[in-house]
Amino acid sequence: MVNSTVSRAKIKIEVKDLSIAYGGHKALGPVNLDIRESEIFGVIGPANSGKTSFLNAINRMDMMRTNMNVTGNIRIDDIDTRNWRNVYALRRKIGVVFPLPVGLPLSVYDNVALAPRLAGTAGTQAQLDELVERCLRRAALWDEVKDRLGHLGSLLSGGQQQRLTIARALSQSPEILMLDEFSIAVDPVTTMRIEDVLKELKSEMTIILVTNLVQQANRLADRTAFFLNGECVEIGETEQLFNGQAKDQRTNDYIGGKFG
Amino acid sequence: MTAHSAIQPTHVTVGDAKDKNWYIDKSFEILMFICGISAIIFVVGIFLFVFKEGLGFILGDMNFSEFFLSQKWRPTSLNKATYGILAMVAGTAAVTGLAMLICLPISIGAAIFIAEFAKGRTREILKIVIEFLAAIPSVVWGFIALSIMNPLIINVFDVPMGLGVLNSAIILALMAAPIVTSIAEDAFKAVPDTYREAAEALGATRWQTIYKVILPAAKNGLLSAGLLGVGRGFGETMAILMASGHSINIPTSVFDSFRALTATIAAELGETAVGSPHYQSLFAIGIFLFLITFIINMTADFIVRGVRKG
Ligand SMILES: Nc1ncnc2c1ncn2[C@@H]1O[C@H](COP(=O)(O)OP(=O)(O)OP(=O)(O)O)[C@@H](O)[C@H]1O
Ligand SMILES: [Mg+2]
Repeated sequence: MVNSTVSRAKIKIEVKDLSIAYGGHKALGPVNLDIRESEIFGVIGPANSGKTSFLNAINRMDMMRTNMNVTGNIRIDDIDTRNWRNVYALRRKIGVVFPLPVGLPLSVYDNVALAPRLAGTAGTQAQLDELVERCLRRAALWDEVKDRLGHLGSLLSGGQQQRLTIARALSQSPEILMLDEFSIAVDPVTTMRIEDVLKELKSEMTIILVTNLVQQANRLADRTAFFLNGECVEIGETEQLFNGQAKDQRTNDYIGGKFG
Repeated sequence: MTAHSAIQPTHVTVGDAKDKNWYIDKSFEILMFICGISAIIFVVGIFLFVFKEGLGFILGDMNFSEFFLSQKWRPTSLNKATYGILAMVAGTAAVTGLAMLICLPISIGAAIFIAEFAKGRTREILKIVIEFLAAIPSVVWGFIALSIMNPLIINVFDVPMGLGVLNSAIILALMAAPIVTSIAEDAFKAVPDTYREAAEALGATRWQTIYKVILPAAKNGLLSAGLLGVGRGFGETMAILMASGHSINIPTSVFDSFRALTATIAAELGETAVGSPHYQSLFAIGIFLFLITFIINMTADFIVRGVRKG
């Protein structure tokens, strides 16, 4: 019953035979999976398993890296990402939050206003003000920074900067939000606040949550994939994986804390 | 073991001896201190020497308003010697300004290309060529000014003489370009890659990334690059002596000849009697140059600090 409703959900990202190598050294693959619209798709796995590489392939960051070689297909809304002639427009559909907060050396306001300004969709000052406020509110940061929007974003605390990057990612109204181990430099309280934000955002966008905290995947993800040393070991309903119903013993071991 | 004995100071005797590494560390500390101090001693010594030689003139024959406001530099006049540096200050400033207008866009552009776009071989070759440019001696640049730029300017602009502001500014721009480029490149290198990735992930194009994120992040370094170029402009002597035409005159067009402060010292110092007013007045110019460089450096320092705090 549950399965049939879920599988009818629209597929947002379709990954087929994706393999990633760096200078001939294989980092990931082959990966085959579908990510559905408005779900939180968790990716867990120990260090070096290819999680970040996976995200970089989705928004075509491989174009920046001469030694990164991607084969296979990634289709977003049924269009192969390689067929996008304007890769910048593709990236505007995808918000990214990095493991360590990257407050750009701009004011808090300008950090959030950057993407609309770059895209030329900033509109009037009033509209931009409103957008900045909305994004900061949704990232649960507004109350803390509303009096110092002109201060340098890179001078906020680590946890605040990470919420700032979330606000920045939201400013381009992304259809997909990718988070790469966002809580690595954030305290538990802030982590919980961000997790609440993600639960709310889920209704509006597809979220890919890469995390090294298996319990975070358990709390948030609808479905979870387990990567290990460049292999996609298993994909399943989060509930099932965490109920010990994983098909692969390695998944059970990892989730049970036996290694990694 | 009682609770008290745990907090008794325990003297480590075996591991606490001053060993070889301790002495090496100490000697290096002293050596570095001497090096650091000697730099200060040299600077102060040079300043005192220049100041002492010029002091007699500053206290005696020098008339401040004449020195700074008169264009008449006639130190050898038999009737009445006048010592006005206004024309030279104007010439030097004009050439430095024009040189920077030419040099900064080219150098920063080159630095952007090297730091952000060029890869592998292209980049190495470019860096070597630029370093080579920096190694060309001043007098060779003067030679280029006289034998290449001079006829070129005469032909292209159809003017009677090709020595002057434009010629000097181009030569100066080329001379300053390597150092300005390499400092600007360092400034771009110092911008963390995470900024680039964050901007690109937001859908910024390469150019937008540079313009909106990298340039603002590197502005301190770019500023010091520019000020270094200005310092170079005020201090350059030989090439400017050859490229300027060396006639005392406030330039009103880029084709006008002028005379640089430094070139005046270089050209006249050998012909003066040590201790004469003319000799001392040249040292007064030296003091003036010294102060200008000092102010430029202080400003750079001040601005860079201010930027960092804000
Ligand atoms: N830019 C790069 N150049 C060369 N090799 C790379 C590069 N980025 C990643 N790799 C390699 O790809 C493999 C997978 O790395 P990746 O960063 O995707 O792992 P990860 O699962 O994100 O690990 P972590 O949990 O530590 O972030 C590693 O062996 C890594 O060395
Ligand atoms: Mg990673």
